[in-house]
Amino acid sequence: MSLVSIREVRKSFGPLEVLKGVSLEVAKGDVVAIIGRSGSGKSTLLRCINGLETFQSGAILADGLEVGGMHTDVRELRRHVGMVFQQFNLFPHLTAAGNVMLAPTVVNKTSKKEAAEIAAEMLAKVGLSDKRDAYPSQLSGGQQQRVAIARSLAMRPKVLLCDEITSALDPELVNEVLRVVEQLAKEGMTLILVTHEMRFARDVGTNLVFMHHGKVHETGVPKEVFAAPKTPELQQFVGGIG
Amino acid sequence: MVQFTVWDIFSNLLIATEWTIILSIIAFVCGGIVGLVLLFARTSGVRPLVFVTKIYIEFFQGTPLLMQLFLFFFGIALFGIEVSPWMAATMALTFWTSAFLTEIWRGCVESIPKGQWEASTSLAMTYFEQMRYVILPQASRIAVAPTVGFSVQVVKGTALASIIGFVELTKAGTMLNNATFRPFLVYSLVALIYFCLCFPLSFMAKKLEGRLNVAR
Repeated sequence: MSLVSIREVRKSFGPLEVLKGVSLEVAKGDVVAIIGRSGSGKSTLLRCINGLETFQSGAILADGLEVGGMHTDVRELRRHVGMVFQQFNLFPHLTAAGNVMLAPTVVNKTSKKEAAEIAAEMLAKVGLSDKRDAYPSQLSGGQQQRVAIARSLAMRPKVLLCDEITSALDPELVNEVLRVVEQLAKEGMTLILVTHEMRFARDVGTNLVFMHHGKVHETGVPKEVFAAPKTPELQQFVGGIG
Repeated sequence: MVQFTVWDIFSNLLIATEWTIILSIIAFVCGGIVGLVLLFARTSGVRPLVFVTKIYIEFFQGTPLLMQLFLFFFGIALFGIEVSPWMAATMALTFWTSAFLTEIWRGCVESIPKGQWEASTSLAMTYFEQMRYVILPQASRIAVAPTVGFSVQVVKGTALASIIGFVELTKAGTMLNNATFRPFLVYSLVALIYFCLCFPLSFMAKKLEGRLNVAR
């Protein structure tokens, strides 16, 4: 039984079709790395999973809820599907702890005290216990992104979507974020990552998805796919990365 | 014939100034409340709501305030409802203020990066929760300076209420002129009082703008 099931999803921006019938099954505990050139539709696919983007045809089931379905409680869906963004998108007027506590208190109506405990737990998980009272502007990019991960985890999602979460970081800050994601993977968190970190995709990923021109072009176990890409497009893509 | 000293004129103008201040405050506070409700409708993305709000704003921004005062003063009377100059002035200024404040605030809301909406959406927050906890706390910081700046327009706008017979500063000036025949002196004093009301506001707006630039 898949945790996330994507079936023949098609999506157009005006005349431009960016997803041309994408299907993908993600089981609990999977770490799916989606790679591909910019414009291949990988971020759009990710954004369809939690309903940030709508799609024209096909179906997505996330934890049994039909995304974009007539009778689906979209709020319920998003409580189960967390998302971390390239640009962190922390709330600048709130402290690190405030960022983490907001959704539990507002959405889940958790008490302030309990939310504070959740915040402490999640900030510890991302190694930022000492920064709970810091504002985003006082944190480095890597620290901000780790707070953003903690903020998503505070809702205890079943699956976490990561949209190029290290692409906006200075090179020396990439690893601290990847280590956190790797730890999550080890704890059994289901992750779907759009990434340009090939080494990370290979070492941590359980599934690799190569997207090309709005379709899943090649998929498999990362180590095998990287060692012997079958399609010329992936060969070229992997070769181009070096 | 009674002789009016400058002090007589000035003290009488000051008494009327009270009504200018009261009308300004009521128009600004009520306009702010109506404006906030309109802001939620305007930025909701719900088409009919957005459409109705747009028409409202276009009407009050696109017609002279004086005409709006006439509409409220004479228009409502057509339905057999007695409208005092005070009521008409309050209503017209409130709606007029709300239209401008909504547009000012909409600009502030729209200046908040899209990522803030996306992040809060992904955290399962509703539109109201997003506005209340994420967008407005940030937008209100930006909004303070232009809002205070606009209050100057409200104070000056109250002068038009004199034309429908509401006795505030300008109307008092006209009445005193009729009694004294010293228009230059009277209206100079009127202008001076308006300036003393408005200058602190525009000065504060400038200050707030400066402070915002160094804020995080």
